[in-house]
Amino acid sequence: MNKQRLKAKIIKYFLQSCGSLSIIIVLLIFLFLFKEAFPFIGSPGIGELFHNIWNPVSFQKEEFGLVPLITGSVLVTILATVIAIPFGIIGAVYISEVASAKEREFLKPFIEILAGIPSVVLGFFGLIVIAPFIKDLFGLNTGLTALTGAVLLAFMAIPTIMSISEDAIKSVPAAYKEASLALGASKLETIWKVVVPAALSGIVASVMLGMGRVVGETMTVMMVTGNAPVISMNPFTSVRTMTATIAAEMGEVTIGSDHYMALFWVGIVLMLMTFSLNLISYRVLKKYGMIDK
Amino acid sequence: MSEILTDNNNKVHVENMNFYYGNVQALFDINMDIAEKKVTAFIGPSGCGKSTFLRTLNRMNDIIDGTRIEGKVLIDGSDIYNPMTDVVALRKKVGMIFQKSNPFPKSIFDNIAYGPRLHGVKDKNQLMEIVESCLIKSALWDEVKDRLDKSAMGLSGGQQQRLCIARALAINPEVVLMDEPASALDPKSTLKIEDLVNELKKDYTIIIVTNNMQQAGRVSDYTAFFYEGKLIEFGATGQIFTKPNQKQTEDYITGRFG
Repeated sequence: MNKQRLKAKIIKYFLQSCGSLSIIIVLLIFLFLFKEAFPFIGSPGIGELFHNIWNPVSFQKEEFGLVPLITGSVLVTILATVIAIPFGIIGAVYISEVASAKEREFLKPFIEILAGIPSVVLGFFGLIVIAPFIKDLFGLNTGLTALTGAVLLAFMAIPTIMSISEDAIKSVPAAYKEASLALGASKLETIWKVVVPAALSGIVASVMLGMGRVVGETMTVMMVTGNAPVISMNPFTSVRTMTATIAAEMGEVTIGSDHYMALFWVGIVLMLMTFSLNLISYRVLKKYGMIDK
Repeated sequence: MSEILTDNNNKVHVENMNFYYGNVQALFDINMDIAEKKVTAFIGPSGCGKSTFLRTLNRMNDIIDGTRIEGKVLIDGSDIYNPMTDVVALRKKVGMIFQKSNPFPKSIFDNIAYGPRLHGVKDKNQLMEIVESCLIKSALWDEVKDRLDKSAMGLSGGQQQRLCIARALAINPEVVLMDEPASALDPKSTLKIEDLVNELKKDYTIIIVTNNMQQAGRVSDYTAFFYEGKLIEFGATGQIFTKPNQKQTEDYITGRFG
């Protein structure tokens, strides 16, 4: 009897620790990031991070300004979101309101497949197909631009936006649709004037989650955005994102150097950005009862 | 059966109607004439087809996959199931109130303005006039006039249902279909809806489905009793409730089944 109780207790603790593992890992990662980045505040000084130049390896003057990296990430993210929103939302409307049951069964697996394409493969596709296309289309010197990265990242954001928006649209009560139709609205008018506004909170949250995915994406952007750390809001220039910077430079940096610590600050800023995007979308979804409280 | 009504102007004329959900027949050979500017009540046990029949009159069953209708439904003499019929125009003419109040998650003003805006009214003052007159007609104006810009979801159940009535009236229908409009309301709100029905029949042809026989007795001029998809008896409300011709009607009204 006692032995059985002990067994039950051990199992319970085991399950509990598995359940709380994700919290522990998140906390440890935050702690680790801060620990590695912390000495930077003393020696080169935190003010260095607000400069406009990122030039961490130099014989004259090393510069650790995060501004060009942040603008690079923001530019690519905003472009990708702007491209993904219409496709994602219109796709979701089509799947949930217009498509027949057969079409839906056919389409939904493809959305899952799109979500599952490895980012490196998408990067190949970008280098060989999208970059030359954009170069020719706009008559640029190089196809490796912020826009190229944004197009590919939009491919990644679309499945997220589509599937969560679809859930939101499906949860709009049928009574709203009936009321609108009974007032003489067409199906399309009903969708745009009643269904989509009623699902708006879920749609906004889906966009935020899609953005969170885009901000954190590394491999594709490193392959196709040209990696020039310049401050620019022009989609046709090369930019370098925070993620690409860390991935490209972390392997060659001396551990404990100023450069090393600066890269950790990049990581902290990045993590705070994705964290707040996820938090906002979670809040929005929760507020409107789309996930369990 | 319809000869009782011949001295009235008939708004709706139904001839040999059969209705199917897929392979299941829900209505059997319905023939009926519904008088203009009167209240006609449909009664019968649940599942008897009275709501299905109501929804054939503004083609709301069209949105359910696999439904099929045979026979004729004429409103003002024109066949609403003719392929040339404009469904939008039909639903503008035949408004509907649902069993559960279903205001949009928008402001009170926008709820009522929704229909008129769809049908092309853009002028703000004109919309305001429509909203005010419809709210007065649905006896809700005094309760909400100071908060037209607030969400309709904040109203009580009875107020929401009267808002839905105002919303339906805003597109100037000639016929108003009501599908158990008071079944989810408390007695006081129910009474308000019934008073409203009495008031509205001056201007509108009203067809009301109800599970509440006293309600049918109180508000209607004519009553139709449905049972298992068939129209069993149809006549003046007084006659149906006091001297029904059919045994089944009598059994239902006296509470022996249903």
